[in-house]
Amino acid sequence: MIPAAFDYVRAGSAAEAISLIGEHGDEAKFLAGGHSLLPLMKLRLAQPSVLVDIGRIDELSYIRDAGDHIAIGALTRHMGIEKSAVAVEHVPLLAHTAGQVGDPQVRHRGTIGGSLAHADPASDLPAATLALGATYVAEGPNGTREIAAADFYQGFLESALAADEMLTEIRVPKMQGAGWSFQKFNRRAQDWAIVGVAAWRRAGASGVALVNMGSTPILATSVSAALLQGASLVEAAQLAAEEAEPQSDLNATPEYRIHLAKVLVRRALEQASA
Amino acid sequence: MTLVEDGPTTVLGTRLLRREDPALLTGEAKFTNDLVVPGALHMVVVRSPYAHAAIAGIDLDSALAAPGVVAAFTGADLAHLWAAPMPCAWPVTTDMKNPAHYPLATGKACYVGDGVAVVLATSEVAARDAAELVDVRYEPQAAVVDLEDALSDRIVIHPDLGTNKSYQWDLKIEGTPGQVDQAFADAAYKVSERYVQQRLIPIAMEPRAVCAVPQPFGGDLTLYSTTQVPHILKVMTAVTLGMPEHQLRVIAPAVGGGFGSKLNVYAEELLCVALALKLGRPVRWNETRSENAVATTHGRGQIQHIELAADADGKLTAVRVRLLADMGAYLQLVAPGVPLLGAFLYAGVYDLPLAYDFSCTSVFTTLTPTDAYRGAGRPEATYAIERAIDALADTMGIDPMELRQRNFIRKEQFPYTAMTGLVYDSGDHEAAAAKAAELADYAGVRRRQAGQNVPGATKLLGIGQASYFEMCGLAPSRVLASLNYSAGGWEAATVRVLPTNKIQVVTGTAPHGQGHETSWSMIVADKLGVSPADVDVLHSDTAIAPLGLDTYGSRSLPVGGVAIAMACDKVIDKARKIAAHQLEADEADLEFVGGTFSVKGSPDKAMPLAAIAFEAFTAHNLPDGLEPNLEAHTTYDPPNFSWPFGTHICTVEVDTETGQVEVLQYVAVDDCGVRVNPLIVEGQVHGGVIQGLAQALFEEAVHDGDGNLKNGSLIEYLVPAASEVPSLTLGHTVTPSPTNQLGVKGIGEAGTIGAAPAVINAVVDALSHLGVRDMPMPASPNTVWAAIQSAIGPASQGASK
Repeated sequence: MIPAAFDYVRAGSAAEAISLIGEHGDEAKFLAGGHSLLPLMKLRLAQPSVLVDIGRIDELSYIRDAGDHIAIGALTRHMGIEKSAVAVEHVPLLAHTAGQVGDPQVRHRGTIGGSLAHADPASDLPAATLALGATYVAEGPNGTREIAAADFYQGFLESALAADEMLTEIRVPKMQGAGWSFQKFNRRAQDWAIVGVAAWRRAGASGVALVNMGSTPILATSVSAALLQGASLVEAAQLAAEEAEPQSDLNATPEYRIHLAKVLVRRALEQASA
Repeated sequence: MTLVEDGPTTVLGTRLLRREDPALLTGEAKFTNDLVVPGALHMVVVRSPYAHAAIAGIDLDSALAAPGVVAAFTGADLAHLWAAPMPCAWPVTTDMKNPAHYPLATGKACYVGDGVAVVLATSEVAARDAAELVDVRYEPQAAVVDLEDALSDRIVIHPDLGTNKSYQWDLKIEGTPGQVDQAFADAAYKVSERYVQQRLIPIAMEPRAVCAVPQPFGGDLTLYSTTQVPHILKVMTAVTLGMPEHQLRVIAPAVGGGFGSKLNVYAEELLCVALALKLGRPVRWNETRSENAVATTHGRGQIQHIELAADADGKLTAVRVRLLADMGAYLQLVAPGVPLLGAFLYAGVYDLPLAYDFSCTSVFTTLTPTDAYRGAGRPEATYAIERAIDALADTMGIDPMELRQRNFIRKEQFPYTAMTGLVYDSGDHEAAAAKAAELADYAGVRRRQAGQNVPGATKLLGIGQASYFEMCGLAPSRVLASLNYSAGGWEAATVRVLPTNKIQVVTGTAPHGQGHETSWSMIVADKLGVSPADVDVLHSDTAIAPLGLDTYGSRSLPVGGVAIAMACDKVIDKARKIAAHQLEADEADLEFVGGTFSVKGSPDKAMPLAAIAFEAFTAHNLPDGLEPNLEAHTTYDPPNFSWPFGTHICTVEVDTETGQVEVLQYVAVDDCGVRVNPLIVEGQVHGGVIQGLAQALFEEAVHDGDGNLKNGSLIEYLVPAASEVPSLTLGHTVTPSPTNQLGVKGIGEAGTIGAAPAVINAVVDALSHLGVRDMPMPASPNTVWAAIQSAIGPASQGASK
């Protein structure tokens, strides 16, 4: 449980962070809250030779009302989102989900940008932002670009970010009073979800995303399409796993995961419709 | 001043807060890893990543060249240091197969985690970095993971033994020849059940740590280790290293839990001692949590076949058990005996005639060695009989509680000579079960269940019971001899009254979370009429407490605690002689109440213990022939085991859509005889129940076909936390043990013994109307859901959606 030796540099701004990561090349890693990276390093499954600490870039920790969306700085801690009055009012699904990540220690250290960039399909926030149609802002040596959440996740722990890019802001459309639900099914409170569902619903429109149902967070587009065409909640929920490619692990077989997804999507839609 | 006299008050039976806690809770307690030892070398063990592999060669050169590295050794390098193989103290049969087992493997590695080399460096970080540079050339062989596969000898792990079978141990008891077979032939009802006791990782909060400190001159050495058994460790280390025992001092500093996993003599302890002597420097080793999962013993690991025969009333007429037990790659200290600790308990708390047929076969696998884990054999046995009783009740179509009541050993039958010949000291199962049923509202739950578990319902109610006996405080020593156990069952105590009437108690028990300092002080305070705060309890250092057999198997109170009470009696006897002498009274006329001797009928003629202690110290005026000082020593070898018992009742709700089991209520009624400190008793029950519940619902060491542990971290190995466990409802009955003066029995393992069967009985009860008859442990949501699907069949599956 002792990491291999590494060098540590601290960045004072996003620009400095990007410059540092460019300087140190492939062996460098961004360190934000550290709650995904450090355990891997302690187990020596990850052995970066340089850590570029971006955790203290205060200018990237904020939650702002930006008109049609809420803008969240990438280094905002989960606890900050959970407790933010702005987030609770306009993106309650995200605020609630932030409160379901890990345990209080994790929520005080972990950052939304770190969680999304890690692109773990078992994490809660990627699915929540995916369901909400969020846009991520990335900054690199050539400036900034916007990436839709739906385009961001490319494989297990693989995102659309280039090695020298970092997330700086998450833009989440306001929910406009939509009903919502986050279903997290796990065996212990602090664990990752075996299957999770983030869902919102407003009139015919809906967004449903699945946690841990494939190598990326999964947008359950068939469910939303069925609802739009007037399917019942129960009927729509039967389509929960249409886009999923669930894996087998110690907690669940793929068959069980598919079943759970259907049950949890139904429950999520029922709660979002109540 | 009022003259109203209350009777003598005592702290015994009060909820005195544990004196151990302030240091533990504020981080001030010193664990082995906290010891500051200047100049110590840090040892890291290079472990096999293969479950079964020949070691073709080991190259230490790169490691030796690494910064800070002082030495590195292979098993072959150190072979000359061992006077004997690592000890197994329980050769249960004369023909038991026991593979030679040394602190480092040579030739081949037999489990993932088997040590093959060590690196010693001036810092732990340097040693850990260098250990990665050790180049071991392995030639992997097929692993043996499955017990039935192991028994087939398809792959023999230890070729010199010629078989994977370590031993077969039989216990057949019949009143008349053929009675068991006849009982099954004549039975009105029979059940035949197969249960799997999954492997568990004990997960003591403190992983292991060792520090061996050689003295500069003369060859003496102090071994610090996070162990439950400093005394046994001292003897075994001396024997294994061929070291003069008197030159070895073993200290167990603060120890963060053991649950049986620190009831052992481990390779790292022997390595640290041997290398400290070889190098003339302190050598220390700290186990990481990941290492702990593979290098510290596992528990359970059994396949159980149990058959019950019953007459038309459901009275048991015979029990037959076939056990297959997983020893792992080698035999650790008491591993062979663990299944046999259960051998006497497969009839549970029931009045069985002389018709019992038990056989245990133990096999080697290429997995981490198993050994004692909280309850050690008794939870397994209790699980099997209590699950089988529910299966029998299901077969008969009667309430399982009713079936239990028909079979209980009755209160008036105690002391009860069981068919095994063991004598159960005292018990009242009817009372414990009745109290548990009342606290659980058993009848009310049954009524609610009838309304709730209707066709189409997805939240199903279940209630399960387990009634148990725990045989603990293993003794007397001659009975242990009959089981081929290499040690005795006694415990030693010294009670020393200092000149100022403060008391030193020296105990051979080795607490590692149990609160002995508090409990033993209460026993002495009650005996000698002093405050518990005036009693110091010395333990876990073989230079201070040289005699003892340590702490395991719920033995500390019924053996060690009773020894202290007996030593107090000897102190009182001696003090009485001094008091009689100085008061010029007859010893027989003195009474000792509240710490003062007084002449019966003449209360003004009195002498407090405080005065006697000082007189004994100055020795100015003692009776002729009486030695100065006031202290006494006792070694107590109890006449019998102690037999705690109780009934646990668990109520669950099963979500059939997800398979999730929610424990709605858990009632534990335990009877450990007289309760010295109810707060500590309840703490033991809490911890024990949660560990049993964890086996039922959460925990399992999962290995793949290559023998790799798949869940060796606390991320994947599901130790439940506070948010996963229910608030427990505790009750108790008090049936004193007649075999010791305190009337006490052990309580350390009772919770674990009762919990797993109570929980699984409840889960099966919730689902039985769907056709579910059994539920593998752990009853994970996926497992429960799959069992439901399997019972209702694919046709109904479609229909239910």
